[in-house]
Amino acid sequence: MAAAMNAPATIAEPTRKRRFRPSSIGGWVVWGLVLFFFLNLAALISTVVLDSFATTWFGSWVPDGFTTHWYGDAWAEFNLFDVLTVTAQVAIAVVVISALIGVPAAYALARRNFPGKPLVTLLFLLPILIPPITYGIPLATVLYKVHLAGSIFGVIVANLVPTVPFVVLVMIPFVEQIDSKIDAAARMCGAGTTTIFFRILGPLLIPGILAAAILVLVRTVGMFELTFLTSGPTSSTLVVVLYDAVFGAGIRAPQEVDAMAVVYTGSMLLLLVIALRFVNPTQLVTRVGER
Amino acid sequence: MTSAAGSVPGALGHDGGRRSLKHRLADRGVDRVLLLVVPGTLFLILLFVYPFLYGLQLSFAPEGGGGPLANYQTFFSDPYLRDTIGTTLSLGVPAALLNVLVSVPIAYRMRGRFRGKRTLTTLLVVPIALGTVLTAEGLIEYLGPSGWLNKFLRDFNLVDQPVLLVHNYWGVFFSLVITGFPFAFLLVLSYLSGIDPNLERAASVMGAGWAQRFRRITFPLLVPGLAITFCLSFVLAFSVFPSANLVGDPSGSTRVISIAAYHAAFEQFDYSMGSTISMIMGAVMLAIIALVLGWRSTLFRGPAGGKG
Repeated sequence: MAAAMNAPATIAEPTRKRRFRPSSIGGWVVWGLVLFFFLNLAALISTVVLDSFATTWFGSWVPDGFTTHWYGDAWAEFNLFDVLTVTAQVAIAVVVISALIGVPAAYALARRNFPGKPLVTLLFLLPILIPPITYGIPLATVLYKVHLAGSIFGVIVANLVPTVPFVVLVMIPFVEQIDSKIDAAARMCGAGTTTIFFRILGPLLIPGILAAAILVLVRTVGMFELTFLTSGPTSSTLVVVLYDAVFGAGIRAPQEVDAMAVVYTGSMLLLLVIALRFVNPTQLVTRVGER
Repeated sequence: MTSAAGSVPGALGHDGGRRSLKHRLADRGVDRVLLLVVPGTLFLILLFVYPFLYGLQLSFAPEGGGGPLANYQTFFSDPYLRDTIGTTLSLGVPAALLNVLVSVPIAYRMRGRFRGKRTLTTLLVVPIALGTVLTAEGLIEYLGPSGWLNKFLRDFNLVDQPVLLVHNYWGVFFSLVITGFPFAFLLVLSYLSGIDPNLERAASVMGAGWAQRFRRITFPLLVPGLAITFCLSFVLAFSVFPSANLVGDPSGSTRVISIAAYHAAFEQFDYSMGSTISMIMGAVMLAIIALVLGWRSTLFRGPAGGKG
């Protein structure tokens, strides 16, 4: 947490050197805002992390004592092993299937202009723009009707709805970067589409596919609404179990819930740090925002 | 088109003059490569378009009988349901506006290259990793009556009574800012870095000061991007569901429309009413977006290097 609080100050240094002449008051206000945001964020996270290690904590600045047993308790009470297994199964299935469907579609959309292309593009755009809770309720209704909801399969299918278009949108720029003469040359040498895909484009697209896969992984692990609407007792992912622990009936020690929240955030953070090795968030958001 | 898949020049139709259908289609971009789009498109038609149409149809078939519009009539005549639209808008619009407007000066300061920019963008992604529940827990414990903030305020005699910031409107609002601000900021930053810095340099050579450059050059080029950012932030804030339940007052001041829809569909098992509310939610959202984008289309979007 210390890192989170110190970092904006250290970042401010070089910038202050670089451009502080125009309006130093405005500059201070801006950096003050950033610092204020991070300070509160750090305090917010620290509270949860401290509480998850606290024996009891009420009204004082720091907890009365420290213990790690809440993590063990949470692990046992919420069957976290099973929950994490389900989460991993859902996430991996969603990543693999959305890549298998999305990458070829991105290739075709990047390389061909065809009648009705704007319509298809719109179809791939809408599930990303419309928030999951809006289309989640009709989707869950349909999945309940065909008896898919409640099973892990239903959760996977529901999570694929936003991730397939997401893979397509992330992959289109990556495909566009590859010179189309390379495919043409391969065709001249007699390669079919399959060969081109696996022998020529596949290796060139690996960085893009990795980036898309990791982002889909993060999205799926963090996807609350769709999983919440379609999961049953044995198919809930970590984020839904966490929500139920807070909002559902029954009285639990808040430390236990906090311990689970820390586990969740820790794993999300790890995934995000890995993701940021592969993608620059600024570029990525532009892509998503533009289309 | 440029890859000219399968269309070797000279491979015209059998009688030489008329080209085969396959060839003519290939000229318009329709060839076997397009088969690659088919699985994705079918998947979305089946799981996105069909559920939507099914929901639309269901919303006109009320479970309690009455005319096809009975559900819509119920929604708009029952204040407990009708007011959820206002509640949601009063949370979503200010939160989205704040996120976008605060992002502009900060992003303007940080648009250049400097050491540690990547660290800062990484730090900004942290709130995305927090997830709803940790944010909610953190807000309840940090801003709650016995939390650090109130303790600080009372120890320094700034307030007498604890400030109530959770389990009401403000709790949800803060949660929306924490999750929405980094997203809006990253978008604004990327739009700003897309504006050609030479334009500002040219203005500077012509004698324009800092404020003038921002007001006359950068800001007008940025506004279309801001409109998009506002739309995306608004959509995020509008669909608030978990935090309205956890840090809000889900049966009163933060009963947002998504809670009403969930309640109807999965607690009362009136799928028809649930679909109706979902459709209304989608319609309100689209109306606001159409309004903003309609205004945006009247703005300049030339090739000045602006990404908007």
